[in-house]
Amino acid sequence: MIRAPLRPLARILQARAKGENPDVIERENLRLRAEATRDRARARAEGRLVILGFAFFCAFSVIGLRMGVLASTDPAEPKAAASSTEILTLRSDIVDRNGRLLATNMVTSALYAHPRQMIDPARVAAELAAIFPDMNAEDLQRRFTDGRSFMWLRRKLSPEQVQAVHDIGDPGLLFGPREMRLYPNGRMAAHVLGGASFGAEGVNAAEVIGTAGIEKALDARLRDPGLAATPLRLSLDLTIQAATTEILQAGMTIMNAAGATAILMDAHTGEVISLVSLPDFDPNDRPANPTSGDPADSPLFNRAMQGVYELGSTFKIFAAAQAMELGLVNKDTMVNANAPLVWGKFRIKEFKNKNYGTLSVNDIIVLSSNVGSAKLGLMIGGERQQAFLKSMGFFDATPLELIEAARAKPLIPARWPEIVTITTSYGHGMSASPMHLAAGYAAIANGGVTVTPTLLMRDRVPEGTRILSPAVARTSIDMLRGVVTDGTASFGEVEGYEVAGKTGTANKPKKGGGYYENKNINTFAAMFPASDPKYVLIVTLYEPVDTSGSEPHRTAGWTTVPVAAEIIRRVAPLLGLRPIEPLAPDPLVAARN
Amino acid sequence: MRPFLLVFTALTLMALAFWAYRENYATQSALREMQRMQTEVAQLREALTLQKAEWAYLNRPDRLRDLVALNFERLPLLPLEPDQFQAVANLPLPPPPPPVLDRPLDLAPLDVQGILPEEDPL
Repeated sequence: MIRAPLRPLARILQARAKGENPDVIERENLRLRAEATRDRARARAEGRLVILGFAFFCAFSVIGLRMGVLASTDPAEPKAAASSTEILTLRSDIVDRNGRLLATNMVTSALYAHPRQMIDPARVAAELAAIFPDMNAEDLQRRFTDGRSFMWLRRKLSPEQVQAVHDIGDPGLLFGPREMRLYPNGRMAAHVLGGASFGAEGVNAAEVIGTAGIEKALDARLRDPGLAATPLRLSLDLTIQAATTEILQAGMTIMNAAGATAILMDAHTGEVISLVSLPDFDPNDRPANPTSGDPADSPLFNRAMQGVYELGSTFKIFAAAQAMELGLVNKDTMVNANAPLVWGKFRIKEFKNKNYGTLSVNDIIVLSSNVGSAKLGLMIGGERQQAFLKSMGFFDATPLELIEAARAKPLIPARWPEIVTITTSYGHGMSASPMHLAAGYAAIANGGVTVTPTLLMRDRVPEGTRILSPAVARTSIDMLRGVVTDGTASFGEVEGYEVAGKTGTANKPKKGGGYYENKNINTFAAMFPASDPKYVLIVTLYEPVDTSGSEPHRTAGWTTVPVAAEIIRRVAPLLGLRPIEPLAPDPLVAARN
Repeated sequence: MRPFLLVFTALTLMALAFWAYRENYATQSALREMQRMQTEVAQLREALTLQKAEWAYLNRPDRLRDLVALNFERLPLLPLEPDQFQAVANLPLPPPPPPVLDRPLDLAPLDVQGILPEEDPL
């Protein structure tokens, strides 16, 4: 490349001849050279800009075309997605600890009408009334012809009813698919399961929502689409639940009781193996909530959770155990239990106005002395007593996974004067549910470490807090064993299973205050086997009377204890517990086998 | 050379077009088949749920208890009792198995009174 010279000799000489400055020529040439360079650079940059612009134009055209295609075509699900089959049922099943089905879903149909498309409303109304006895033909015809364009007729139809409605053959009758909650075991565990009904309803689907029990408490879990294929596994055992229900039902009839409840709990894990409350109901056809009268009379009332009453003498072991834990007494310390104990205007008496004189702590429990327990309570003092009961969970609602549990709070006196300390030490003055009692006894049976009751199967047991030393827990269990061998619960002995427990008899409170003289709430709180307690059983009968003898018996020892013993005799083998010492074989059974 | 290249390209193009056409239809039929099978799986799942529910319904404890009571004559079933857990020592021993005759008995050494000699023939 030949560059233009900056100082061309011809022009320089010319300029010199004219007397001009030759440097001007050089500057001009420099300027021209710089301009040429600039023009070249600009041309290159412009070319690049055009290319870049073209690329952007292409990219935006593609996007625009794609948007146009998407906007103009009909929407369609991607066919290749294979995940849609996994979730068919919207609500996960509920199974017991062995995987037996407790609640599942069934596909059924709902019936609705488009009256304006109906060809012959009068005939349809007449035929529908023939299929469904609760429908009125005239009423239906009036509603079909009043100009509305849509109306619901039935929420659930059986397959036979669907066929019958099909046979009417009118285009104005339409079906919507429905998923229905089904409880195949009927009344079994009704209070745990609760029930379900429809929430938001549309033509193509309806939301199934829990209305009570675990269905409502764990509604979010049951409806979680990610967990729909995994059944919810409860800690209940259907076989044991059935056996307990059968015996409790029979016991309730024999003892002429108005209601009954039984709780069987694993003492180490807190899992509730069976929870029965009688009378019960069918969750497939859940009765409406009572609008009048005492809610406790409704079969919907879950006595195990909502039956918040004074629990009576079953509390005495807590006073004795705490007094021993604090080192105030030991098992054999003698306590002055002279009855009646006068405290201000109150007179604390014994059952049937007995007077036991001076008793050892062991005998206070075995003979169920109110005055002795009151003395232990006074030694402990109100604050420590409250703290102890609180650590066992008696001051809060139970953490059980039932919607009723959170609402049934124990009734605690607002103030805690010494008279409350006295009455609480023998189970009066504060009220709690049988489930609270089960948790309290489980803490003793578990060697003095609290357990959290649950209705769900546990793989890992949450660590409890130690409230009693192992030695005190052991002594307490031995004392409870004494109640069965020598005390008020002598009917509770079950050969081979070393039942330990405490009876409790409390008068039923009247609505306006005061107590019924002849209506008792009888509780037996038991654990077995005493040498190594594995299970805690709470049985409560409401207003029982044993009329087998010459005079009616209303105490727990005569009514609840035999029922509880029968439950243990039936259930312990089902739980896989071997008798502590093998029993002599029954000659009848041996001969037959 | 050039005409050959031209013909070759045209043939390749036609082959590829034929291949794409077939692939398109194969894909569509696979999608239809998959959809049909998904529907079938959904139906089978629904049926399975229903059968599980029916199985649970037929095996509900109330019904089984009634059936046991009805059929007590044929299958005398009673609730499990604590005394059915027994020590092994309490079990009756099985009767001794009958002797196996693997060779003919030699009855000759029997004496007149029918008393066997010292040596056992078995």
